[in-house]
Amino acid sequence: MNFSENFAVALRALAANKLRSALTMLGIVIGVGAVVALMALGTGATADITSQVQGAGANLIIVVPGRVTRGDQRLPGTLYYSDYDVLSKSLDNLAGIVGSFQTTGLLIYNTETVNVSVIGTMPAFASVRAYEVEYGRFIEARDRQIRARVVVLGSKTATDLFHGLNPLGRRIKVNGVSFEVVGVLKEKGGGGGFGGSADDLALVPLETAYTDLLGATATRNGKLRVTDISISAADASAVNDLMVQAERLLRRQHKLTLTEDLDFFIFSQASILSILATITATLTSFLGFIAAIALVVGGIGVMNIMLVSVTERTREIGLRKAVGAKRSNILSQFLVETLTLTLLGGVLGIGVGWLIAFIVRAANLIKAQVTPQAIAIAFAVTAVVGLLSGLYPAYRASRLNPIDALRYE
Amino acid sequence: MNDPMIEIENVTKIYHLGDTEVRALDGVNLNIQKGEMVAIMGPSGSGKSTLMAILGCLDVPTSGTYRLEGITVDTLSDNQLAEVRSRQIGFVFQQFNLLPRTTALENVILPLTYSGVGGRRRREAGEEALAKVGLADRMRHRPNELSGGQQQRVAIARALVNDPAIILADEPTGALDSKTGAEIIGLFQRLHRDFGQTVVYVTHDPFIARHTKRVIRLGDGKVVGDERIEHPIVAGTPRPSEVALEEETRRATPGAPQPELAEAPGPGAPEQDSTRAA
Repeated sequence: MNFSENFAVALRALAANKLRSALTMLGIVIGVGAVVALMALGTGATADITSQVQGAGANLIIVVPGRVTRGDQRLPGTLYYSDYDVLSKSLDNLAGIVGSFQTTGLLIYNTETVNVSVIGTMPAFASVRAYEVEYGRFIEARDRQIRARVVVLGSKTATDLFHGLNPLGRRIKVNGVSFEVVGVLKEKGGGGGFGGSADDLALVPLETAYTDLLGATATRNGKLRVTDISISAADASAVNDLMVQAERLLRRQHKLTLTEDLDFFIFSQASILSILATITATLTSFLGFIAAIALVVGGIGVMNIMLVSVTERTREIGLRKAVGAKRSNILSQFLVETLTLTLLGGVLGIGVGWLIAFIVRAANLIKAQVTPQAIAIAFAVTAVVGLLSGLYPAYRASRLNPIDALRYE
Repeated sequence: MNDPMIEIENVTKIYHLGDTEVRALDGVNLNIQKGEMVAIMGPSGSGKSTLMAILGCLDVPTSGTYRLEGITVDTLSDNQLAEVRSRQIGFVFQQFNLLPRTTALENVILPLTYSGVGGRRRREAGEEALAKVGLADRMRHRPNELSGGQQQRVAIARALVNDPAIILADEPTGALDSKTGAEIIGLFQRLHRDFGQTVVYVTHDPFIARHTKRVIRLGDGKVVGDERIEHPIVAGTPRPSEVALEEETRRATPGAPQPELAEAPGPGAPEQDSTRAA
């Protein structure tokens, strides 16, 4: 008996109990489908997050205030405009640096109101955070000098406020102060990476924000504050060195000794990516584990049915042995039958998983993608499940005594 | 005739049922020559099924030796026994034991798939065997499309396909009506006569047994009779009464009481048996 003969025998045996075979296979289909779909979702989510983080700007380093104590508690800290000043003057290999003050604001145009992030910032913001201007212009150095009441809107904010009207030159109220819209940003898409939608924001000159929007919160201890400093390294290899330099400079600025905890955080795109990658990988493997339980249950179903099948076909086994089948012949016959059942279920399951991924992608939820590795893993796991669940029934069949088996009623 | 196909010497088979020891065979000696047609007869519990299992290499004796065509079988491993079965032995069972949903031809060539005969040669052998049993026109039929007699003929073709040393038939007419049963016995007789096929017939039925040329009687695990039949019953002859058959049996068993010795004109003359019973 070679493999193709065994396979033909297996197909005939499975076809003899179509409903039973189909239901047994369903367990495997669901298990494999779940594994493939969840892996596709995990891969898609990771890719989405990665593209968002990378979309936030090239070789980006961000400094924010705050302190982590030994109890893992996050305490507030403060960054000052002077910190920005020192960094911008002292750092090498800079592509750009920008200090910003981020707050929330109520924007009103006629009867339309929206609540968005309002960021007081500098002209370098566009290049450091990878924004482009769609219409009009960006904030310019002169705007800062004259504290111009001008605002540049994110694409979503512009649409929400103006519904297709040309926003340029129109006046809106930002927290009750009248501003002229001078520019609209190009749509970035995605969730923005660092909190909030990347397209739902309003940018004003930093100095205008200090005088007109922030009031007392603009200063602490008599010094102007910023809420974050974004640094763009000249190239990827400069990122780590820049982070070290920035930390050293700020430690001196804040008069911290070498053993004291920092009262600010410095992180890079890469470090965020690796943290997010860890989170998504954990999530994916957790979901995969749950899916694998479904697969194990399916495998138990297969083993159960194969045991029933061996009992039902005791006489057939007896006959096969009487006409010369060796133990190994019987063993391989039932193993091939089990593998046929599970691998057929596996192929269907991969199809189902792919379909789920396709629907999720089509519904614009997550860019779920079924990778070749996912298919290879699903197939390998199915084969292992098939082997494990087939081995014992096949072994039982091969050990049957032909005399007893022939007399079995 | 002095080179037996089957040599059984002092074979004993002991089963253990819980604490009790069952001697299914107890010192059996038996030679069967090539080309013989033999019946092994005995009531249930006489050990004939055990003897058949040993003859068929499905089981090995507890002690004693069994040589089949010169091969000492009782020392072989499971796999070697399977090898011997696939080349030397053809089984025919009471319940046919055909694979369902499988054509007659595929059923017939099943033993060849285990003895490693290749595709085309396999087909030819299957067709030849089916032709021998008169089913050349039923090769593509499945068991559920065949009558009981036809199914048993497929089973006989399956037993023939390997060109075995012996065919072991275990009550092959037991599940058939008497007319179909007679056809099957006739087929065995023809295979024996025309092809010199060695056939060992296992039955409890004296009438069936007397269709062969030699009846070996078993009782309590021992051979209690070994009778040559000069004129085997021709297949299709009506069954005589039970009384006449019993008498025949008694007469042929050495040591059994033989009250009407003078009346017996010759051993195994069936026509006379039936007339007397009428």
